[in-house]
Amino acid sequence: MISIKGLYKQFDQLEVLKGIDLEVEKGKVVVVIGPSGSGKTTLLRCVNVLETPTKGVLTIAGQTLDFSKNVSKKSIASFRRLTGMVFQNYNLFPHKTALENVMEGPIIVKGEDKAKARKKAQELLEKVGLGDKIDDYPSRLSGGQKQRVGIARAMAMEPEVMLFDEPTSALDPELVGEVLKVMKDLAREGMTMMVVTHEMRFARDAADEVMFMDGGVVVERNKPNEIFSNPKEERTKRFLNMIM
Amino acid sequence: MAPIRKSPRNGLVKMYLSNIAVDPDRTARLIEIAKTSLWPLLEGAISYTIPLTIISFIFGLLLAILTALARITHVKILQVIARIYVSAIRGTPLLVQLFIIFYGLPNVGVTLDPFISAVIGFSLNVGAYASETIRAAILSISKGQWEAGYSIGMSYSQVLQRIILPQAARVSLPPLSNTFISLVKDTSLASVVLITEMFRRAQEITSRNYEFLLVYTEAALIYWVICSFLSVLQQYMEKRLDRYDV
Ligand SMILES: Nc1ncnc2c1ncn2[C@@H]1O[C@H](COP(=O)(O)OP(=O)(O)OP(=O)(O)O)[C@@H](O)[C@H]1O
Ligand SMILES: [Mg+2]
Repeated sequence: MISIKGLYKQFDQLEVLKGIDLEVEKGKVVVVIGPSGSGKTTLLRCVNVLETPTKGVLTIAGQTLDFSKNVSKKSIASFRRLTGMVFQNYNLFPHKTALENVMEGPIIVKGEDKAKARKKAQELLEKVGLGDKIDDYPSRLSGGQKQRVGIARAMAMEPEVMLFDEPTSALDPELVGEVLKVMKDLAREGMTMMVVTHEMRFARDAADEVMFMDGGVVVERNKPNEIFSNPKEERTKRFLNMIM
Repeated sequence: MAPIRKSPRNGLVKMYLSNIAVDPDRTARLIEIAKTSLWPLLEGAISYTIPLTIISFIFGLLLAILTALARITHVKILQVIARIYVSAIRGTPLLVQLFIIFYGLPNVGVTLDPFISAVIGFSLNVGAYASETIRAAILSISKGQWEAGYSIGMSYSQVLQRIILPQAARVSLPPLSNTFISLVKDTSLASVVLITEMFRRAQEITSRNYEFLLVYTEAALIYWVICSFLSVLQQYMEKRLDRYDV
């Protein structure tokens, strides 16, 4: 479903991604872990082309972008439609209600009929447990509720792949569970997901694979149980010791 | 007479009032003038001051939005043009700008109707000042809002129109209201290009009866009423837009 080949990203002098290769099969969940500054966020942002990679080839659901060549704005736009992104700090539209946040993409981007989009948005919000909050503005919602709206907003575009960048790290501890539950439900339903998170519980329960990044490269990839109980690389061991 | 000498300003007012009190004929005359000049003044406001303000503000605002967008694009030439425009307008007096448009342009064969000249002058002025306000408001919206828009597949212009500008509008409403209220007052400068807006009406009336204090004060009160009404309107609009607080 996702294929990343030889992905590099450089900011000015700083090379942040130094040749990432990754394949994610349809319906699989990959959790990305790694120390601060290792390039996790940059990797996700390259996958939905919020950052333009310096070089490398990205393929999602059969659509390919080769960044060694010129890529047109149009091909980036259509490629981006394959992904949904959930941000650490939600980035909900504050001037729109929960329902309007979710309806915005289907109506404006896909040109869906309003009534249909509304119905779908309502169902999505019910699914993430916010059926009674659809008319609230984001300022009235808790962090956990905001993030669930964020997930519903991304899902409304029916992406092939969902990308999560530390979706729970801005949340009070008691609100983390409700967001992780929604993510686990998605995983169970067969959504292909790339998740940057420090929630090892989630990695154990929901991930098919855990990928440890450091210094812009993939150091180690393995099944969650394997990597947690029996890390092969010294750097992975040190990192896991630090956070667990 | 002693209290009059105590404070010269107080003294002048007292003198004026005692004049009126002493002379009942004069009192009656002043009341008559106040009454008869009210309608011409209001008419000046209704047929020129207010339309000039509204039309100039609408054009000015459109120009301001375009200028603000030109300044935040990556197209160098647009940036430069916008910068020079803003700098030139902000760096020269409005009065001089109006003179150039109305009295200067005929020298190169461009003769404009007074009202059109005034609309052009005020629109250019609002466009320059308000563009700075709007630019700052657009830049104050977090980068995350752009990214959230892009992440659900929106294009640059869709994000701009649906996500950024509505939020920037809320941010810039108070400063833009101030611009609008200033414009109401600035239109009195249109008197110099022969538009019989409210202030020129006042000048015409006083040229006949020499009651400067009375008639100019009356005009001032009308400006004040209009601006107070606009302030109330501003508060109402801000409240409406505050349904969400960021
Ligand atoms: N737009 C940018 N311009 C310049 N440098 C950047 C930019 N974005 C990220 N970086 C740099 O790239 C490196 C990797 O950043 P990134 O945000 O991908 O790390 P991360 O693994 O997500 O870290 P964290 O766990 O702290 O979120 C950092 O050194 C960061 O300073
Ligand atoms: Mg990060």
